[in-house]
Amino acid sequence: MPNLIQVTINGQAVTVPGGITVAAAVLLSGKSGIHRSPSGALRGPVCGMGVCFECRVTVNGRAHVRSCLTTCEAGMEISADE
Amino acid sequence: MSDSANTVVVIGGGPAGIAAAACVAENGASTVLIDDNPRLGGQIWRSGGKIPQAKEAGHWLNRFMRSGAKLQCGTRIVDRLGTKSLLAESDRGIQRVDYSQLILATGARERLLPFPGWTIPNVVAAGGLQALVKGGAPIAGKRVAIAGSGPLLLAVATYLRLQGAVIVLIAEQAPWSRLVRFSAKLKSSPHKLWQAILMGVHLRGVRFKSSCWPIAARGESVLEQVEFQSKQGRFSVACDYLACGFGLIPNLELPRLIGCEVHNGFVAVDEWQQTSIDDVYCAGEPTGIGGIDSALCAGQIAGFATVGRKEKARGLFPARTRGKKFEETLAFTFALRPELRQLCQPETVVCRCEDVTYERLQPMTSWREAKLQTRCGMGACQGRTCGAVAEFLWHWQLASARPPVFPARVESLAGKTLTLEK
Repeated sequence: MPNLIQVTINGQAVTVPGGITVAAAVLLSGKSGIHRSPSGALRGPVCGMGVCFECRVTVNGRAHVRSCLTTCEAGMEISADE
Repeated sequence: MSDSANTVVVIGGGPAGIAAAACVAENGASTVLIDDNPRLGGQIWRSGGKIPQAKEAGHWLNRFMRSGAKLQCGTRIVDRLGTKSLLAESDRGIQRVDYSQLILATGARERLLPFPGWTIPNVVAAGGLQALVKGGAPIAGKRVAIAGSGPLLLAVATYLRLQGAVIVLIAEQAPWSRLVRFSAKLKSSPHKLWQAILMGVHLRGVRFKSSCWPIAARGESVLEQVEFQSKQGRFSVACDYLACGFGLIPNLELPRLIGCEVHNGFVAVDEWQQTSIDDVYCAGEPTGIGGIDSALCAGQIAGFATVGRKEKARGLFPARTRGKKFEETLAFTFALRPELRQLCQPETVVCRCEDVTYERLQPMTSWREAKLQTRCGMGACQGRTCGAVAEFLWHWQLASARPPVFPARVESLAGKTLTLEK
């Protein structure tokens, strides 16, 4: 069993297995859509490999981070659109 | 990377890049492999989940680790800095990457095609869902429909089922007659994995339909059901995920930025895998969609060629010829049917980043006009998704890549000037 770590997603503490991606953590927290398009439509991760940019979130204050390419670290503050 | 004038730089850590870097480093040359992903392996050898890595992957990963090649993950090339120099960006900031020779092994991505509802959350790429699950996304007990085209669909279905997903349908757009011919060819080849997959070892009882494709995805805030077209008519399937990919397309942004010639959609290379630019080589999917065996073979040829071991490279030519044949077989078997050009409704979004709809693009006459008039392809992904869509729907030629090839932070671009002045 991998180590569990704690991150926050939109201010809520969430415990996730260490080593998973930020995209996976957000999906694990029960969200499917995590980013809003210019017209406000909710979008979720698509390509899983950093190409489509639909999984962008804010991580530790840095905007437009591709969550599928980013590994969770303990204490990470993630904000996703809702 | 200061002492880099004599360094062979490999871009891309999939099979082609790993094989190339290992062959270069084993011959004593200073070698650096750079990849955008957090871990080595590319898309096909991405680790994670319950399937043990293929023996071949383990062999090559070990060989790479022992070769002395340096590895730099989480790093993307965003621009070029004059001759034989690139600008890279990572969490640690920017860096200049100089090379004596460059091997581009930038791989491929999935071709996504628009249809009503394809932007609803949980409509994902086929390999995309596999990658997300390998990254830790929960899938056990979820109902997954898999659609599109190509051998990847079966590999994804197999993987997801072993992770506990319920595969409710595999819809392959290619006709049954071509799939039968493809299987017959594979039986006489050493593609053991495909044989196992095609024999349905892990997919027993899964519903598989050929000549079948998605025409609409529906759901309030998240996917609820997908409507499919088949020869027998239309039908709907309730599911939690639609994993949908219409084959693979090469990642040409970096080769194009460097100025490599592209013929018929692929980077042109000579017998040593050298591109139209001296000392710039290319291997793997950017030169033709042929899978792991082809990529490993071409990667080794490129690696040996850069260190002058031409006799070693030449020994791999017959295998590469077989790989090229397999590429043709794949292209013929999974050629996309024209009906897939008719799926959009006027209000269907084509450019996801900028929310540009089909009806706004339909009157345009070129990719350039579409970009200028509608902002299609001008968003964050820089046309990586909708560019291929536009090529398929309207046969538009995509122009050369413009820097930065990935959206870069302003400080990286500002730093470019400083880097040049050094």
